[in-house]
Amino acid sequence: MADDRTDVAKTPEIARKSLSAPDERIARTSRFTLAMRRPEAGVVVGLIATFVIFALLPGAESLYSLQGAMTFLTLSAELGILAAAVALLIIAGEFDLSIGSMIGFAGVVIGILVTILHWPLWASIGTAFLVALLVGYLNGYITVRTRLPSFIVTLASLFILRGLSIGITRAVTGRTQIPYILDNPPDPWTAALFNGHVLTGLFQWMGDKGWIGVKGDGTPFVPGIPMSIVWWVAVTALAGWVLTQTRFGNWIYAAGGDPVVARNVGVPVARVKITLFIATAAAATLLATIQVMEAGSADTVRGTLKEFEAIIAAVIGGVLLTGGYGTVLGAAFGALIFGLVQMGIFYTGIDTDWFKVFLGLVILVAVLVNNYARARALGERSGS
Amino acid sequence: MTVPAIELRNVSKRFGSVIALNDVSMAVRAGEVHCLLGDNGAGKSTLIKLLSGVYRPTEGEILVEGRRVDFRSPRDAAEAGVATVFQDLGLIPLMSIARNFFLGREPVRGIFPFRRFDKDLANRVARQALIDVGIQVRDPTQAVGTLSGGERQSVAIARAIHFGARVLILDEPTSALGVHQAAMVLKFVIEARLRGLAVILITHNINHAYPVADTFTLLNRGTSKGTFRKSEISRDEVVRIMSGGEDMAAVEREIADLLSRVS
Repeated sequence: MADDRTDVAKTPEIARKSLSAPDERIARTSRFTLAMRRPEAGVVVGLIATFVIFALLPGAESLYSLQGAMTFLTLSAELGILAAAVALLIIAGEFDLSIGSMIGFAGVVIGILVTILHWPLWASIGTAFLVALLVGYLNGYITVRTRLPSFIVTLASLFILRGLSIGITRAVTGRTQIPYILDNPPDPWTAALFNGHVLTGLFQWMGDKGWIGVKGDGTPFVPGIPMSIVWWVAVTALAGWVLTQTRFGNWIYAAGGDPVVARNVGVPVARVKITLFIATAAAATLLATIQVMEAGSADTVRGTLKEFEAIIAAVIGGVLLTGGYGTVLGAAFGALIFGLVQMGIFYTGIDTDWFKVFLGLVILVAVLVNNYARARALGERSGS
Repeated sequence: MTVPAIELRNVSKRFGSVIALNDVSMAVRAGEVHCLLGDNGAGKSTLIKLLSGVYRPTEGEILVEGRRVDFRSPRDAAEAGVATVFQDLGLIPLMSIARNFFLGREPVRGIFPFRRFDKDLANRVARQALIDVGIQVRDPTQAVGTLSGGERQSVAIARAIHFGARVLILDEPTSALGVHQAAMVLKFVIEARLRGLAVILITHNINHAYPVADTFTLLNRGTSKGTFRKSEISRDEVVRIMSGGEDMAAVEREIADLLSRVS
């Protein structure tokens, strides 16, 4: 502190802040930095890493063959249908733990209506969606009216719906499975809507050209793109469009960001949340329908733990657990990682017991990355 | 004499047996900055919550431009042209400036079911509205959380002005701000006044209140001690009332006394 005495009297030079000129303290941000600030940045990096890791392991050629790809894409699609709706609900600040049970319950509704009451397939599926609407409405209504955490409210629905599925099925059929749903009477058009393939002509043509593997009778091993993938893309596109392009989407972000502020500026927060609870129940019913059409039967335990897998996919995809932040595209990438790893572990011969360890670690990393991403979105310089 | 933009007539508010406000009357005209003074517990918060539709008065009436109103919600008040910027600012940090600006009033285009939030329009209008009150945002799509405290206040004020507020109520807008930021917010207060808004300002800081205010209403323990024009009341008198009637000279003497004992 060898200050010269005369310095004290000098007026310190102060950089003036101007309101209109660009602030010189703000560093110019590159396109790369901007891209890395998007909520999906973490999951894209994770996805690329997963692709590369499995490519280096033995068995990669089966995993990345057309058949292998269709297998893991189908797995991803089934989870992704749920994850799209779940992402919207989490962004709005709520959870739905009952969707796994809703999958089982919707299957039972379809199964019993078709096999016991002999309703047409399309009417049974339609009724299952009406039941989903009611279940979602009740979940949402109870949550917004009682102001209880949706975690608790839907935990109750988780047990109630699973109990109803098993109880009703056993009371009516004496078993816990309902077989022969597609046979009485057959309705191939409706079944194909959920269990068919698209672009079959293209795949046949590629088979004829010898580009893809064909069976002995000349039909390709992969007959086309399964409807579950088509539904996944459609649901993701719809949910993403609603979230980013519509007024309702703005309300979803607001409801999760700060429900009190949102309500005060006139956002119908209760209606937004109830609508999204209906959306998650409907997504579960869509998945249940696809599975029932695929298997031809309903099983009361179907969908167990799917509620957590969907939350995991959304969180891996950059959706903030506390709400208000995230994207549908991120959740789709999360589902893609999930399917890829599940099949990758199978194809590469890694003991599948390790899948859960991996899953746990991924969740932890994803949540940490999300917290960091959120701080970045707010421009906070955390951790440095 | 013009009709006041907003007026309270003999308003009382009781919470059970607690009398928060007792027989308060005040009037604020367009193009006037009205400063509400009083120590903690004087009833300032209750008063602005009555004006902004959060509470309803137990007795008395509120008039907006001479017409009696009965606000059942903040939304009602906003629709009548009474906009309140509370300390939470009514902004959501994780959402962009433009999305916040139009929250609950989103412009849409296209026809159902393809009706969508007109983001281009929202970005353009939000940016222009902010320029109009004198702030240049780098990017209307940046999150509100990235803005400084003063900038956030400005966004909230610009939004209130843009959506046709005739009465602007600011609850301690400068309390958490540095010198420069506070000056910026006070500039917007004057801007709002020049546009013919009636501004009600609540603050504890005499350096912020005295320069911009035209009139003062003094609250003490739930009752009004009167409304004064700036020419009728000295800065020291305002300070005395803001500090709850304590004589600042007495406080200073006490501090000097303590210091002399320490040394």
